[in-house]
Amino acid sequence: MNTSTYTKEQLFSLLSEIPDPEIPVINIIELGILRDVQWDGSLCTVIITPTYSGCPAMKVIEDDIRIKLNEIGISNVKIDLVYSPAWTTDWISDIAKEKLRAYGIAPPDHSTIDKAVLMGKARELKCPQCGSKNTEMISQFGSTACKALYRCLDCKEPFDYFKCL
Amino acid sequence: MNLQQAKFEYLLRLGDSSLIIGHRLSEWCGHGPILEEDIALINIALDFVGNATSLLGYAAQVEGKGRTEDDLAYLRGEREYRNLLLTEQPNGDYAATIARQFLYDTYTFFLYEELKSSKDETIAAIAVKSHKEITYHLRHTTQWMLRLGDGTEESHQRLQTALNELWMFTSELFDMDEVDGLLINEGIAADLDKVKAAWEKRVNEVITEATLQVPVTNIKQKGSREGKHSEHLGFLLAEMQYIPRSYPGSKW
Repeated sequence: MNTSTYTKEQLFSLLSEIPDPEIPVINIIELGILRDVQWDGSLCTVIITPTYSGCPAMKVIEDDIRIKLNEIGISNVKIDLVYSPAWTTDWISDIAKEKLRAYGIAPPDHSTIDKAVLMGKARELKCPQCGSKNTEMISQFGSTACKALYRCLDCKEPFDYFKCL
Repeated sequence: MNLQQAKFEYLLRLGDSSLIIGHRLSEWCGHGPILEEDIALINIALDFVGNATSLLGYAAQVEGKGRTEDDLAYLRGEREYRNLLLTEQPNGDYAATIARQFLYDTYTFFLYEELKSSKDETIAAIAVKSHKEITYHLRHTTQWMLRLGDGTEESHQRLQTALNELWMFTSELFDMDEVDGLLINEGIAADLDKVKAAWEKRVNEVITEATLQVPVTNIKQKGSREGKHSEHLGFLLAEMQYIPRSYPGSKW
């Protein structure tokens, strides 16, 4: 079978079925992990970038990509992990941010990292459950590398915040 | 020494320091004083180990002898390790971990800031990525410095003791040799004199704000660049390398 009959759009559409292993409501394209798919003869090269240097989900994502491509008969797959340009939360689309909020994770609320982070100023965040801005940070580090832990002082629910990077 | 050898050596220094301090932090897993701190330290450990994977992977590629990042991490003895002595110091109590981490995070914050403009594209890419993560690390340890230093009498005393004991390992952070000289000329490595000036300023500011005293010592422990380590590294490696050395080539 001539695998290169698949267009890049078709492959992106196929790979968009792969959810992030730790935040299954958004896929690897919405999250900005999948950067490109290239054909070279019969070799399919998939270019991905990690959210955080040590993100343990990358291995799972690589396996998922191979499985997905195998399903349509593409077995000659190379996966390149690139660091540049460095992943940023700016790549998360507005639609994906809404999905995060609906899932109970407060989405990144401003662009990239700023000096306020270093000076220890916590951001004013809206509770994804009740919408109150009366929230406080519990810890800068949460259940996964990309999240911080907050709590709402009105509805008393703790929640994750997808922190800016 | 040629450029390739210098680059391999330089990448080992950066990568080994990240790996060893990452492993040290991972020892807190399940032992943190509170759950949030346990999670925070493990997150930070993960960033360091991830950064080490990138750096040692690139080192293996530069070396060109078919080794991988895992070979470098698991199959070298302590005399072949190039991590800074500060990074291998034991965790001690929580104040000792925070002091070590604060001194090192401030160092990497300014070091990687410089490396972002390295003429080696891979080093620059890794630095841009890591610097974002380091910013969160430094914020975390700075907050704990202030909390413990300006906290209770006991927390203040413990943190001061930790700083005093670790201070003799700090001068080594800024030592430069032939490797640095060669790579600075090529625009690849960071000029540690610049890093030192920024580090001293910030460390002094935070220590003072935390109502602590900047330690003074004439003792300057060094040797990591020649593979001469403190007695602690061998034990660390014994634990870290046990599985791969007991079951060579195992996969799961």
